Amino acid sequence: MEWYLPVIWAALIGTAVAMYVILDGFDLGVGILFPYARSETERDQMMNSVAPFWDGNETWLVLGGGGLLVAFPGAYAVIMPAFYLPVIVMLLALVLRGVAFEFRWVAASSKPYWNAAFAFGSTLAALCQGVILGGLIEGVKVENGAFAGGSFDWATPFSLLCALAVASGYALLGATWLILKTDAEVAARARAQARPLLLAVLAFMAVVSLWTPIAFERVATRWFSIPNILFLWPVPFVTALIAYFNWRWIAEREVLPFLASIALFLLGYLGLVISVFPYLVPPTLTVWQTAAVPASQVFMLLGTIGLLPLILCYTGFVYWLFRGKVREGEGYH
Amino acid sequence: MSLDPELLARLQFAFTVSFHIIFPSFTIGTAAFIATLLVRWIATGQEHLRRLAQFWTKIFAVSFAMGVVSGLVLSYQFGTNWSRFSVVVGNVIGPMIGYEVLMAFFLEATFLGVMLFGWQRVPPWLHVMAAICVAVGTALSAFWILSANSWMQTPTGHEVRNGIAYPLDWLTVIFNPSFFYRLPHMLTAAYLTTSLVVLAVGARYILAGRHQTEARTMMHMGIGMLAILGPLQILIGDQHGLNTLKYQPAKIAAIEAHWDGSKPGELVLFAWPDAKTETNLFQIAIPHAGSLILTHSFDGLYPGLKDFPPADRPPLVLPFFAFRAMVGIGVLMAAAGLFGAWLWWRGTLLQTRWYLVMMANAWWLGFVAVICGWIVTETGRQPWVAYGILRTADALSPVSAASIATTLILFIVVYTIVFAMGIYYINRLIAKGPEGRAVAPPELGTPARPLSANLEAGAEVLSGRPPG
Repeated sequence: MEWYLPVIWAALIGTAVAMYVILDGFDLGVGILFPYARSETERDQMMNSVAPFWDGNETWLVLGGGGLLVAFPGAYAVIMPAFYLPVIVMLLALVLRGVAFEFRWVAASSKPYWNAAFAFGSTLAALCQGVILGGLIEGVKVENGAFAGGSFDWATPFSLLCALAVASGYALLGATWLILKTDAEVAARARAQARPLLLAVLAFMAVVSLWTPIAFERVATRWFSIPNILFLWPVPFVTALIAYFNWRWIAEREVLPFLASIALFLLGYLGLVISVFPYLVPPTLTVWQTAAVPASQVFMLLGTIGLLPLILCYTGFVYWLFRGKVREGEGYH
Repeated sequence: MSLDPELLARLQFAFTVSFHIIFPSFTIGTAAFIATLLVRWIATGQEHLRRLAQFWTKIFAVSFAMGVVSGLVLSYQFGTNWSRFSVVVGNVIGPMIGYEVLMAFFLEATFLGVMLFGWQRVPPWLHVMAAICVAVGTALSAFWILSANSWMQTPTGHEVRNGIAYPLDWLTVIFNPSFFYRLPHMLTAAYLTTSLVVLAVGARYILAGRHQTEARTMMHMGIGMLAILGPLQILIGDQHGLNTLKYQPAKIAAIEAHWDGSKPGELVLFAWPDAKTETNLFQIAIPHAGSLILTHSFDGLYPGLKDFPPADRPPLVLPFFAFRAMVGIGVLMAAAGLFGAWLWWRGTLLQTRWYLVMMANAWWLGFVAVICGWIVTETGRQPWVAYGILRTADALSPVSAASIATTLILFIVVYTIVFAMGIYYINRLIAKGPEGRAVAPPELGTPARPLSANLEAGAEVLSGRPPG
């Protein structure tokens, strides 16, 4: 029990983070692509494609943060101070782009500012998330179970690379979402943007895949030792395969590019998990060292087993309800 | 000058949490109000109820967005600024936050999409269900957050080993002694706050001679709620105070500016509590009235500030004045409700111009009372963050003062812009009034042009000049 519980919780939080990255990923991505729209009508179309969902999407981030506090308070208490500035800047960026959803409709002369706030906030939030991810992979300085580094330990070439990687990945998700949900010029532009974004994402994935085993021995051992490599080789192989098909689908299909982009994200994510598990705070703290007491993990697990399927059901229901292309003029405004 | 990280972290949390609480205290009530309107609409078929629901949904959407994003910030600040707090009480507080997210946050955030965008997509009954889900979600959210906060005030059901709190009995943790008072007190405060805003908007339209049918409904519903909940809130508040006296006597001593526990308490109406001389300056007080309220006997004794070592005393000025502001506003709100109900019964409500003018300008009172109430209970708990378990000074993250100061400034800048614009836009929606699409053809809803001629006409009526 003492061994399994933290692993179950790591899987649950991993799922929440994956849900967040995919769901908020596409709506942040739409924000990143916002400056390329040519008219207010096009911007309306883009925003309407994500407006019914963004609140629910962002809730997964609360669950990721809240879940970390619930299940691994030891890790939460290290990661948050370690990434103090990027976390708070990310939250403020999300504040800006979140209120822009509502303010933009009501604004008149100040509308361009909220367009800018939406694009800027979305981009900045994506970059911050990438910085946090990169910084975490690189490792955090820990003494006696508490963060012991400086305010800018996260500012490294690798974390900046990850920032660009995450932002381009979100933009790819956003573009393929727009292919799925919009039509006419917006969809056509999204198709044109999706291919270069796909190339960028693949390039970043390749660089990260080379950089991490070279820079961190633990990653190299995890991937390239026998027998690990015998089990792990399909990960890059499947990634390449999906990327190839996605390249073709982007030109002519509606749904498949979005699904393929999600698959690419999940594979990249899986790769990172393989690289760092069982460390929650590499290179020192594992899921077992930072876990909450079993009483807390069990209490929360009971609720999660009951509630998570329910949440997935009604989230699915809402996506189904708003299926199809965005209808012009729909909304409450 | 060297910056004190504790002070900065506390300022930052006080700022972000005060900003946040404004929105839940409005959206908890508004969600319930909209759900009620929709249920009444389904039951009676009166079209103006649907128009009203649609109108308040727009205002709700703007406030809810601000509530969501400012709440998101808080769930991370436990870690960024108070990581020792997360370690010491994370085993106990964590699951309560977790249940809040799973039970409430997802429910409200997901069904909000249906509530806002589902007018043409779903049948009316499903739309009403979505509105009810949102209202229930907001109240459930309050349940868990208030439970967590109450545990920090009156912790039970746990044990402390090596300085870390471990849960023993979850029911005792969740239903801790102050929870049964704090939750109704906060929920009632939220419903009161919204009722006053609804009443104010109704009064504003009556005065401007617009939307008379809708305005009457708003005024009647607002007054009804104030007249019932206002007095009830005073009762709940009194009981809450007695509970605090039992579990957090130092807080009561600070609220009452009561120094000497060996003498019956006075009811201090005004004073400047002075920590140096351990007395009240400029005091105006009613002898024995404090004892009468808190112990229900003329000569009853309760602890004074001098019964606690200075290091264990809460700050004096904030709880003292915030408490008086909260109680004063609460009494005013109850009086406004009762007086309005009397006018309504006499049939002169819509003609009593001075009452309408006062109500139209009183919309903000509830928010001030809520913030004051939280200032009382949070500063009154000091120097503890988890009462008797962890001091605020020991709960800090290992973060530099410069980082906290920088982000504090960023918070102030961003929140000020967001808040100012939010208020401005909500006012603009109110100026536009409950017309929108329910009476106009659907193309008016094209989001590209939400500001119809309609709105400009409305704003002119109300402010005497065109907007913007």
